[in-house]
Amino acid sequence: MPGEYRSNLRRLIVTQGDTEPASVEQQRHLGLTCPSLYDMRNLFQVNVEEGRHLWAMVYLLHAYFGRDGREEAEALLERRSGDADNPRILGAFNERTPDWLSFFMFTYFTDRDGKYQLCSLAESGFDPLARTCKFMLTEEAHHMFVGESGVGRVIQRTCEVMNQLKTDDVAKIRAQGVIDLPTIQRYLNFHFSVTMDLFGADVSSNAATFYNTGLKGRYEETKQSDDHLLNDAAYPVLEVADGKLLTVQAPYLNALNERLRDDYVVDAKAGIERWNKIIQKAGIPFTLSAPHKAFNRKIGPLSAAKISPDGKVLSEAECTHHHLAWLPSVEDRAFVASLMGRVAEPGKFANWIAPPARGINNQPVDFAYVRFN
Amino acid sequence: MNNPETVRPVITYDTSPEKYKHWSLACDGEIATLALNINEDAGIRPGYKLKLNSYDLGVDMELHDALQRVRFEHPEVRTVVVTSGKERIFCSGANIFMLGLSTHAWKVNFCKFTNETRNGIEDSSRYSGLKFLAACNGTTAGGGYELALACDEILLVDDRSSAVSLPEVPLLGVLPGTGGLTRVTDKRRVRRDHADIFCTLTEGIRAQRAKEWRLIDDFATPQAFAEKVKQRATELAAQSDRPADAKGVALPAVKRTIDAAGYHYETVDVVIDRAARRATLTVSAPKSAVADDIDGIVAAGASWWPLLMARELDAAILMLRTNDLEVGTWVLKTSGDAAHALAADAVLNANRGHWFVRETIGMLRRTLARLDVTSRTLIALVERDSCFAGTLAELLFAADRGYMLSLPDAPAEEGKVTLSTMNFGDYPMVNGQYRLAARFYGEEAPLAAAKAAIGQPQGADTALALGLVTAAPDDLDWDEEIRIVLEERASLSPDALTGMEANLRFGPGETMETRVFGRLSAWQNWIFIRPNAVGEGGALKVFGSGNKAKFNWERV
Repeated sequence: MPGEYRSNLRRLIVTQGDTEPASVEQQRHLGLTCPSLYDMRNLFQVNVEEGRHLWAMVYLLHAYFGRDGREEAEALLERRSGDADNPRILGAFNERTPDWLSFFMFTYFTDRDGKYQLCSLAESGFDPLARTCKFMLTEEAHHMFVGESGVGRVIQRTCEVMNQLKTDDVAKIRAQGVIDLPTIQRYLNFHFSVTMDLFGADVSSNAATFYNTGLKGRYEETKQSDDHLLNDAAYPVLEVADGKLLTVQAPYLNALNERLRDDYVVDAKAGIERWNKIIQKAGIPFTLSAPHKAFNRKIGPLSAAKISPDGKVLSEAECTHHHLAWLPSVEDRAFVASLMGRVAEPGKFANWIAPPARGINNQPVDFAYVRFN
Repeated sequence: MNNPETVRPVITYDTSPEKYKHWSLACDGEIATLALNINEDAGIRPGYKLKLNSYDLGVDMELHDALQRVRFEHPEVRTVVVTSGKERIFCSGANIFMLGLSTHAWKVNFCKFTNETRNGIEDSSRYSGLKFLAACNGTTAGGGYELALACDEILLVDDRSSAVSLPEVPLLGVLPGTGGLTRVTDKRRVRRDHADIFCTLTEGIRAQRAKEWRLIDDFATPQAFAEKVKQRATELAAQSDRPADAKGVALPAVKRTIDAAGYHYETVDVVIDRAARRATLTVSAPKSAVADDIDGIVAAGASWWPLLMARELDAAILMLRTNDLEVGTWVLKTSGDAAHALAADAVLNANRGHWFVRETIGMLRRTLARLDVTSRTLIALVERDSCFAGTLAELLFAADRGYMLSLPDAPAEEGKVTLSTMNFGDYPMVNGQYRLAARFYGEEAPLAAAKAAIGQPQGADTALALGLVTAAPDDLDWDEEIRIVLEERASLSPDALTGMEANLRFGPGETMETRVFGRLSAWQNWIFIRPNAVGEGGALKVFGSGNKAKFNWERV
């Protein structure tokens, strides 16, 4: 490890490492309310792998960063998600994951951020980090599968009930114990926007330094056709001026967080389209959509503005007025929480979620995926 | 003519709490909370955003003002808690993009003012019983840590990520130049090998080790932090002797007119001769006897001459320093009735135990100290109607040279120099010595002779004999002599003069403050003009762009 890059590398590894156990801490209680043994097994696999990713980062700190690295590794183990005195480094990793819909949304949206961060670290000139991230990426794919298929199954089940009842009345749908599509949209808005913030400031000197010193690359750096130096290049970022959302050109090196965010948005939207296919197939006139990337931001210059999901700048009053239509309300969360109950019989599934199309590792859906000793 | 802003843009230091953009001051009994919440879009100049509670001159002007408010308007305050209004960040120091865009002169003037404000914090702790507690509730970096260092105690939140740091060397290729390097050793007594690690570590040091290394006094978890701050603030307050029941003295804006000729205040007049690159500052004695009983003094408040004069002189010094860089020579004059000036000194001396008088003496002390570290040639002229008496005579002793008009044919008409007890210890320079003691290197004979002359007006011959003035040309020589002195001086290299004057003004004996203004600032100002910092590929220039600094590796 070259001494010149010690500080920045340590920072990158610690920040990445800190997120890995955080999601385990956020999710482990969900075992108590799993909708099936199949889902419980997926939860366990996700958590075991996140734990392994932590150890991968700890290994790098121990192996290459001396006493300081060992102390940082120790601190990684001591921090706890949501602990007011000893929180995880990034805000999103101190939020609660209160229910399974949140879990699926988290694994779809937030673990996908992990994928993009890992992809950029996999381009690192520090080979031990690059190699480690490549193996982590193969496991991250499964987490996103759990999220995408999980949300898809919730949608599937809701559509079935809607077609049985031939209604889109939220109260009637909820009375049947399934989650209405507008609530799913609000959960989507929340998790999408919280994840947007994880990419960091739109214009960032750290991002420029990390790239220019070869500590990080872009997503699929080797497939980019430019000079990979970006010294004189520009990249569009958003800015709010005079009540309008404007696109301005920033130095590309400083806008690399935004570039990664844009790559992510394309990928995240593709999955939302697959969810829409389920709704279409059921013949229901409803479309889920990703909110504007400036919506509900808490970090960076956009956090000062109020932006609607379709990208309009709002007044404080308008925002307060619409807030409940766009983000999950306390009632929404309470309703979803009321559906959570443990289903631990092989082949059985909670009422609010459809069974998966197939089991895991060629096992049948009703396989006893978890054994209780 | 009366609207100077149309003549040329002038930066003033005027502000008051209702105009603050970056600080908020909340007084609650004996504890005041001064919270930094910088508006990133409200930099004093265009071209940069004050992100992450990073400051520029405008932010420090407000801090300077807030400290004055606590000193004078809130005598009941015993501890000032300096903290941040933002979450997880205390202060990240001077804004780097501002430094990158600034001229050398702007940077140096900014750093000097910032240093003086931090010295002022320590001055108030030392002399006025005003204690300062830095409640570092998040990342405390660079100038943010230097601000904390100026406080009596530093508490850091222990959330396992907040750290104190001085990352200037590794990140920016410059020094922590607002006292950081000096206070780490001289004040906090951090062992120098530990300090060496600390000052090269971009990520800084977190609570536990920071305490072990004496970088902070204590730490607390986020949940326990507020309680700990309150407890320590209260304990510090117990060390203070500021009055519990006194009523404060309001500080209205200093009245001033600006025109093409200069800056005009009630007791200080500044006339600028731009062609000669010279300003003449004339400070007037009280027009009549100053209030001499406590009730009268407090009733007079900000218009009481000693305070009025100190505030106006302070304002004039800052205006000239910031706006008139080419005006390299300041001619210091006084006028008025010495009896009133000496009576004012007697009142200051007799009532020094009262909080308001103590604060006024402090204001005079800090203002005169500001003059000492000003990078301008100071020439005092004692003329017919001069009033270099007592406190006002400090201007003569602060000057690089003092010329006194001698009138051999009419000695009664000569201006006089009169000493008071206030010239013997009340106004120490930043080297901790009062000006006469520094002038005579602490030697007993000349100091005893000067002391024996207290209260007796000295004409040119005796003032010269006592060593109070440099030369005493007579009225035949005076005009030509002074003209030549000023013209010759103005022809010399401004840089060499700045260095020479700073060396000669502060003789033997170092203090933490002289090390800040001398060793630290001098090295910093050298680094500030070196290509390794400000050249095309210099560290300060490329910061934030992602480009690596290109250094010339020669050690000089």
